[in-house]
Amino acid sequence: MSSAELKELKLKTVFEIRGLTKIYDMGEVKVHALRGIDIDIFESQFVVLLGASGSGKSTLLNILGGLDVPTSGEVTYAGKPLTRFSESALTKYRRKNVGFVFQFYNLIPSLTARENVSLITEIVESPMTPDEALTLVGLYERRHHYPAQLSGGEQQRVAIAREIAKRPQVLLCDEPTGALDVKTGILVLEAVERINRELGTSTIVITHNAIIAEMADRVISLSDGQIVAIRSNQTKMAAHELAW
Amino acid sequence: MLRDLLAIKGQALAICLVIASGVAMFVMAMSASLSLADSKDIYYDRYRFADVFAHVKRAPNHLDQRLIQIPGIAQIQTRIVMDVTLNVEGMARPVTGRLISIPEHGQPNLNQLYLKRGRWIEPRQPGEVLVAESFALVHQLNPGDTVTAVINGRFQRLLIVGVALSPEYIIQIPPGHLLPDNQQFGVFWMGQRQLEGAYDMKEAFNHVSIKLLRGANDQAVIKKLDDLLEPYGSLGGYGRDRHVSDQFISDEIRQLQAMAVVAPAIFLFVASFLLNIVISRILGLQREQIGALKAFGYSNWQIGMHYLKLVFAVTLLGVLIGSVCGLWLGKSLTVMYAQFYKFPMFYFRVELWTIFLVTLLSCGAAFLGTWASLRRAADLPPAEAMRPEPPAIYRATLVERLGLGYLLPQIARMILRKLERKPLKAMLNTSGIALAIASLILGSFTLDAVTYIMDFQFRLAQRQDVTLTLLEPTHASALNNIGQLPGVMQTEPFRSVATRLRHGHHHRRVGIMGLPEQGTLFCILNSEEEMVQPPPEGLLLSDKLAQILHVGIGSVVEIEILEGNQAHFRVPVVAIIREYSGTNAYMNLQTLNGLLKEGPVISGAFVKVDTNQQDKLYQTLKETPRVAGVTIKSSALESFEGTIAENLLVMRGFNIMFAAVIAFGVVYNAARISLSEQSRELATLRVIGFSRFEVSSILLGELAILTIMAIPLGCFIGFGFAAFAIQGLDTELYRIPLIVFPQTYGYAVVTVIIAAFVSGLIVRRKIDHLDLVAVLKTKE
Repeated sequence: MSSAELKELKLKTVFEIRGLTKIYDMGEVKVHALRGIDIDIFESQFVVLLGASGSGKSTLLNILGGLDVPTSGEVTYAGKPLTRFSESALTKYRRKNVGFVFQFYNLIPSLTARENVSLITEIVESPMTPDEALTLVGLYERRHHYPAQLSGGEQQRVAIAREIAKRPQVLLCDEPTGALDVKTGILVLEAVERINRELGTSTIVITHNAIIAEMADRVISLSDGQIVAIRSNQTKMAAHELAW
Repeated sequence: MLRDLLAIKGQALAICLVIASGVAMFVMAMSASLSLADSKDIYYDRYRFADVFAHVKRAPNHLDQRLIQIPGIAQIQTRIVMDVTLNVEGMARPVTGRLISIPEHGQPNLNQLYLKRGRWIEPRQPGEVLVAESFALVHQLNPGDTVTAVINGRFQRLLIVGVALSPEYIIQIPPGHLLPDNQQFGVFWMGQRQLEGAYDMKEAFNHVSIKLLRGANDQAVIKKLDDLLEPYGSLGGYGRDRHVSDQFISDEIRQLQAMAVVAPAIFLFVASFLLNIVISRILGLQREQIGALKAFGYSNWQIGMHYLKLVFAVTLLGVLIGSVCGLWLGKSLTVMYAQFYKFPMFYFRVELWTIFLVTLLSCGAAFLGTWASLRRAADLPPAEAMRPEPPAIYRATLVERLGLGYLLPQIARMILRKLERKPLKAMLNTSGIALAIASLILGSFTLDAVTYIMDFQFRLAQRQDVTLTLLEPTHASALNNIGQLPGVMQTEPFRSVATRLRHGHHHRRVGIMGLPEQGTLFCILNSEEEMVQPPPEGLLLSDKLAQILHVGIGSVVEIEILEGNQAHFRVPVVAIIREYSGTNAYMNLQTLNGLLKEGPVISGAFVKVDTNQQDKLYQTLKETPRVAGVTIKSSALESFEGTIAENLLVMRGFNIMFAAVIAFGVVYNAARISLSEQSRELATLRVIGFSRFEVSSILLGELAILTIMAIPLGCFIGFGFAAFAIQGLDTELYRIPLIVFPQTYGYAVVTVIIAAFVSGLIVRRKIDHLDLVAVLKTKE
């Protein structure tokens, strides 16, 4: 048993995924996005889901985030059966427990950076202040700017600040650097890394960029809806060390 | 193009319905007004409806030889017209009957009758009459039935032999009333000789009808006619424009024509701005596609035409639906008219040009609404078009700049900033909703105004239950006799005298009403509803009469008495009051008696009746020959509620439907556009944990703000519409006050809020089905 595996034994499980299958019915053809996935995700781990487009990684993330339901199989979140949650329970789950970061930042254009973060802090219990969250991503100075006045990387960091302000258990990032150049991409990854490290938020990052996998605790490779490899990094690289 | 149309099918349908409503109202109003006008013209022409009419006290028949000499007169018909009290079986109340003489053989020259049932009167058969259909229907009178009349102080049984229609009485309005009353007033035609005998009018007449030569000047004819008839106690000639039945129908036609102008104007305006909003949004969404097409070599014209075809497809579909509905509604309205107005034949007329015109107008409105946007999109250089639109610039709203920002949750900020960013669009949407409210007010206020007039007239001003008119002016002691009739609780005398008032070269024939001091049954009220006493000296005129005579307070008016001693006096005008009907003049009773040098004489009395004994009173009155006329106030009110109010309610029903279409069209479109513009933001909020309800509140909140802003605006515009509409309703017969009851505002606002709410809910369902992932993964 490796030391990483030993460490996992001591960690609590956040997600328990068993026999997870998702089939999209596209009329004539049925697309198997996930074919019986079994895996556990542990608290405060930094996990990278690696795979080509169409490998099923986004479907998996969406199910974990309560945005999609599987065709069969089970997911439990902190011991509770996520896959059997009602619509309103899923909404509550997303509101309290999950932070979502997408490739496109999806900020509200009519609200300033700070107000975008306040959107969340107004509806959850014991959040960070918007200023704290923006400080964490290094954008406190830019808090009164509207999204249109921020660069892509800055917008993505505001999106991250918005998601972490509620102190979620899990941060799910779907290609967070996909629309960014290397330099700003790394700034975004640094923010994610810092949150994982300082707040202990379990973090799952989807990417097709294998270099990003170097900063993960665990790397899960998906192909054609199945897990093809799981590896634990003995030594993680810091985000600022990455280059692609 | 079909694909584009399908993509916006909900909105296209909403716009379609708005256009269809405007078109339907136009087609309905045009076809109904044409049908009514046509039926009327044909009727008048075939049955030789006269152009000029005059009443005299009594004139010899040979006068007709001199009358026919008046240049411009084609034909005349002299006759006897008398109002009598009738006793109709099964009817406790006495009824006013109008007996009109007709030749024993064949039709009169003018105002000929259409015999609907039964037969013509037989010569020398006493008491045979024809009865007007509307009265026969209400009282279920058929040939063979009889009614009793008090004719010149004697009872006579009238035998109904036929049921007839006359172009003079397409609608039966009792003398001195504003509204038709088929219950209380009936027209009968009786043989000339019999009426001559009954009223001691051998070789004499008291009414003349005149047909003019084509192109004759009716005013000149009336002037000469008046000069000739003057010595015979003429009450003055008048043209069709002051003939109550014709006036009533002409007013209806005018109102339909006004509706044909106003309604499409409102609806097409709304449709054109809705099209503008929808097309602008489609062009925004397809901006890159347009750029690509242009890059491939499509011309501006081809691209413009593509979208224009879409616009015209929606418009023409609306015109088609509207035309079909409009024809159906027009037909239904015509059927309703055919029941209300008595024509021998009622034509439903549709003119193709009206459909053609409304098609042209609709397409014009659609083109005007979208042309600028299409032009802008087509003119955009391809390279620029293929780049996404620059991001929207937002800024803090007025509320926040005022330092109240801390009060606003983020969602409210989103809504307000979005609205403030495109104020013109918000304003247009608000005006659209406001127009829905305004059109509801416009369609409903007439009922308010008429109800107000009825209330003013019959509850505040006229507090008597019955008005008795004596056969002849009588010594005031008759009041004691009246007071002793069964059930009479209170009496108040009046003296009414036919006069001509003259001021400079302006003159008008009116009856001056002499009223006692401190009267409480028949009150003169000013527009503040305060009681005004008839002044001890001088005249009190209604504002309309003052306007006709060009007099003000202090002007001296010449009174020419047209009965009895035919005396002339000069009297100052001491007060002018606002009245809603007629052209009236009032004086103190004693002063009037004094002027007439007649001692205490009255023409009749206002009476307050004990309801428990009213049937007994009516029975006595029917048997009292000296009472020439009995007017019962409650039957005028019942008749109003039974006919006019009912028709107005039907119109209100149509109105609600159409206004709801506007409200729905505007709100639904605003909601759909807003959803399309914000689907990304709404999906984001759902993903980060906002509930469906919270997310919907952004969209519904925006609609609510637009609707709330529209409420005062709509009420204001509606009031303006009403003010504009009453301009056309200011006639000598009546004036419509600018009165809109709070309930009408309330009902307009509630109707529109419901329509807005329902359309909001329909769009809300779309939010519930937002595909969160798909929305978020696409690039803006």
